[in-house]
Amino acid sequence: MKRKADVVIIGGGVNGVATAYALAKAGLDVVVLEKNYLSSGATGKCGAGIRQQWSTAENTELAIRSVQMFEHLSSDLGMDIEFRQGGYLIINHSEKELRQSEENVEMQKRLGLNVRLLDISEILSIVPVLDLKGIKAVGATFCPTDGHANPFLTTFAYANAARKHGATISTHTTVTGIKTKDQHVTSVKTSKGTIHTSWVVDAAGVYSKDIAKMVGIKTPNKPYRKEVLATERLQSMFEAMVISFTDGIYFSQQQEGQIVGGIPIPHEQIGLYKTPTFSFLRHMSQTLTRYVPLLRHVNMLRHWTGFYDVTPDARPILGEDRTVKGFIHCHGFSGHGFMLSPMVSKLLTEYIAYEKTSPILDRLNLDRFEGSNLTQEHSVVG
Amino acid sequence: MKHHAIVCRCEDITEQDVIDAIHQGYTDLEELRRKLRIGMGPCQGRVCISLVKKILEKETGKKVSVESYPTSRPPVIPISLGALAKKTRGENETKS
Repeated sequence: MKRKADVVIIGGGVNGVATAYALAKAGLDVVVLEKNYLSSGATGKCGAGIRQQWSTAENTELAIRSVQMFEHLSSDLGMDIEFRQGGYLIINHSEKELRQSEENVEMQKRLGLNVRLLDISEILSIVPVLDLKGIKAVGATFCPTDGHANPFLTTFAYANAARKHGATISTHTTVTGIKTKDQHVTSVKTSKGTIHTSWVVDAAGVYSKDIAKMVGIKTPNKPYRKEVLATERLQSMFEAMVISFTDGIYFSQQQEGQIVGGIPIPHEQIGLYKTPTFSFLRHMSQTLTRYVPLLRHVNMLRHWTGFYDVTPDARPILGEDRTVKGFIHCHGFSGHGFMLSPMVSKLLTEYIAYEKTSPILDRLNLDRFEGSNLTQEHSVVG
Repeated sequence: MKHHAIVCRCEDITEQDVIDAIHQGYTDLEELRRKLRIGMGPCQGRVCISLVKKILEKETGKKVSVESYPTSRPPVIPISLGALAKKTRGENETKS
């Protein structure tokens, strides 16, 4: 175990290892601490989607710039992460939703996104197996450069590339405390010894709250249990991710052919409940077969539980803490950590390695919750 | 010598694929599963996981504990979405 590092990153999910890669590439000495194995938290449980269609400008901008990075990530990292751009089809079910979509598309276009409103007749040309009547579709939006990638391989690719640049990744290592002096981070205590450092990145997902508590910082994040199911492999039927904010459903067909998707669990409670529920299975299979009736005949193989680390405005908490110097927040992704990870790791690296701040980091700082005017992200599913 | 025996029938993974991944640094059953997709097919790991455990022990010389076995995911056998979606007796159409 190393005794000294420039930066200690807590959490071996995609955001932790992506930040480790970017920092190590910038020449810093980095250690990643993961209490289980790489991608064991939300990253490895996620629905794998990569979306740029958001209702807030910050998320849209982070996502657009992340996709630009995803496009050449396999070659940058020297490993195929199975990134595929089949687009995201967002179904609208009411006039009210259509108006919100028009507003979102206008903002997204202003930020340079290739996105458009589809009328009902165009929807089937993108996903032919949908039952438009059954789901009461009145329109949709489509962005062809949205897509998905393999979250496991992305995490491993970042981790391998980080190691090549000299980073140390220590799995099965638990953080037990963080020491500060004059409100500045000085060391991290772990189950395998103490590491002296002046920077700590809290990328611990649903456990980020407990890490922040170690230095006396209170964060408003809450864990929400989410479930995902996967079917057997099928011949390719469609490439787009289909989502609906009304039904809360999302589903796509992965490269290997399986349908993977999720929906909010009926009567969900906040907390770290890990057992998958039958009520999710019922609700998901009933809704999914209403969207795509032919899936009635398809077997589901498995379903699992993961967590959204949800903030009051459904947007991440990023950047250095205003009171504890050297403590970097990188959590509260509210279900969107995987897709935003390339740009998040870049912004945090620019801040730590080059002291360069950015308007996004400023606007997504923890201190925004002290004010009363929160900008809510509305485009959330699952 | 190449080891061509199939270890995971669902995903067509050979013993050699497992050995290669271990030597690339995937030395945890869960990480091997995520790298190779072993245990993610219709058998849900019943065929492959204990074989992969033996290979991992042989290659690393370390005992693999039963606690580190990948999580078993429901359902136990594949089940159609149609069967899951079916309304049970007495269940109101509008309730779902």
